[in-house]
Amino acid sequence: MIGALLLAVLCWPMLVYTEFNPLTLLEAQSLEATWRFLSDFFPPAHSAEFLMMALQATWETVAIATAGLTLALLGAVPLTLMATSIVSVSQLESGRMRLAGRLLRQAVRWLLVLLRSVPELVWALLFVRIVGLGPTAGVLAIALTYCGMLGKVYAEILESSDGHATATLLENGAGRLAALCYGALPEAAAELLSYTTYRWECAIRGSVVMGFVGAGGLGQRMDESLKMLAGGEVASMLLIFVLLVACADGISSALRKRLG
Amino acid sequence: MTFALRGVGVRRAGAVRPALSEVTLGIEAGEQVALIGPSGAGKTTLLHVLAGAIQPSDGELSAFGELPWQLPHGARHALRSRIFLAPQTPPMPPRQRVVTAVLAGCLPRWGFWKSLASLIRPAAPDAAFDALARFNLQDKLYERVDRLSGGERQRCGMARLLVSDASALLVDEPLSALDPTLSRQTLAVLQQEAATRRAVLVCSLHQVELARSLFPRIIGLRDGQVVFDAAREAVTDQMIDALYHHAAVTPAPETAAGDLSAQPVRGARC
Repeated sequence: MIGALLLAVLCWPMLVYTEFNPLTLLEAQSLEATWRFLSDFFPPAHSAEFLMMALQATWETVAIATAGLTLALLGAVPLTLMATSIVSVSQLESGRMRLAGRLLRQAVRWLLVLLRSVPELVWALLFVRIVGLGPTAGVLAIALTYCGMLGKVYAEILESSDGHATATLLENGAGRLAALCYGALPEAAAELLSYTTYRWECAIRGSVVMGFVGAGGLGQRMDESLKMLAGGEVASMLLIFVLLVACADGISSALRKRLG
Repeated sequence: MTFALRGVGVRRAGAVRPALSEVTLGIEAGEQVALIGPSGAGKTTLLHVLAGAIQPSDGELSAFGELPWQLPHGARHALRSRIFLAPQTPPMPPRQRVVTAVLAGCLPRWGFWKSLASLIRPAAPDAAFDALARFNLQDKLYERVDRLSGGERQRCGMARLLVSDASALLVDEPLSALDPTLSRQTLAVLQQEAATRRAVLVCSLHQVELARSLFPRIIGLRDGQVVFDAAREAVTDQMIDALYHHAAVTPAPETAAGDLSAQPVRGARC
């Protein structure tokens, strides 16, 4: 009781200071504006011209996400191999890695932290300054952030899989990469694949958000529609998002079924 | 001399007793040796030391006339491809096909790209088929590993040994999941293969009778130490009894056990 009172006393000045007033939501003027905007949502825009434009923007969004993820993979796969301890021969021999190996792994882990600690939106804003408005900024932003995420999670998936099969192959003199492919990969493949498709889905969503800062695709179009208060167009584009995510989900489960 | 060990000891971090201590022995090329002793005697550790898989904390190991632990990293790893260590329960990915699991024995001599291509289209299915056929498993060639029984999986691990080109074969309890008939057949295949390759065969066994009837040389191991290392003829029943004689374990007094079971289970949450 006293706590609640204290909280109220403390919060009240803050609310006043931030000019937070929930009653503005209920003012006749706001209600009318909201109603007008929301009632525009139905029916969603479906003129042939708009649909063609939306289709092209969707294609651009998917292309940004796919290209970004492909670039991210190019970086993440070698970084994973450097960061994972499952293929360490020296760890097998004496229970601990050689100093050089440990330093390299630590350096790679720091690099991965650096890459993913900067949100993709911030990377996108940076790249929009450098390469200008358009999809290139989005692709680069996704590539950098997702490289950090994929590298970290791939390394952890491999390490949490049963290392014995890989260790046995290493003990018999197999090369590290070959041992990984024949030992840990068959078990981890499904999980790696499903994480990758999930990240692709995230990249689609991410590229939409980045569109708002001018990195191209569906997001940029949505930004324009929102600014023009064209509810129908916004509704259509939201529907397209749902379809895209459902599509990514379907691809993921189909791939997993084939592997399983 | 294929293997020579001088005063080899292995001490694991945190362990009270060393896993191996003061092991000194030599194994000539083409020799077939059975390694016997009670559970926990250090048989598996000794095989791992011979394979160059774990570094001894004391003493010196030489393999094929080289000192693996003084070689640079890469040369030591290359030396490992001349030795094949078959673990007791071969860890194989359950979803892998048998043919791929067997051909994994070829990895040390295959380049990376060939290994990779073989994951999709097996590079030497005939070799895998022949190896499996010697253990009567040829019809399992394209089966998944998790469809195999324990004994089949164990023999599949030994088929991997057959496709390797190692000249020292170290096998850890190959018979633990096999019935008596299969045990004899499997040992016969291993011994035949070692003989044709003139390879060293070191086999750890719990079947003392089989060891004494089939292997010319027997090493008895207990508590990490070599108790005897002798030709088959020189091994007597007394030596075997002494090897397996357990230190007098004082059984818990029956009354105490009875009391315990009679008590209502309390404090059984954790």
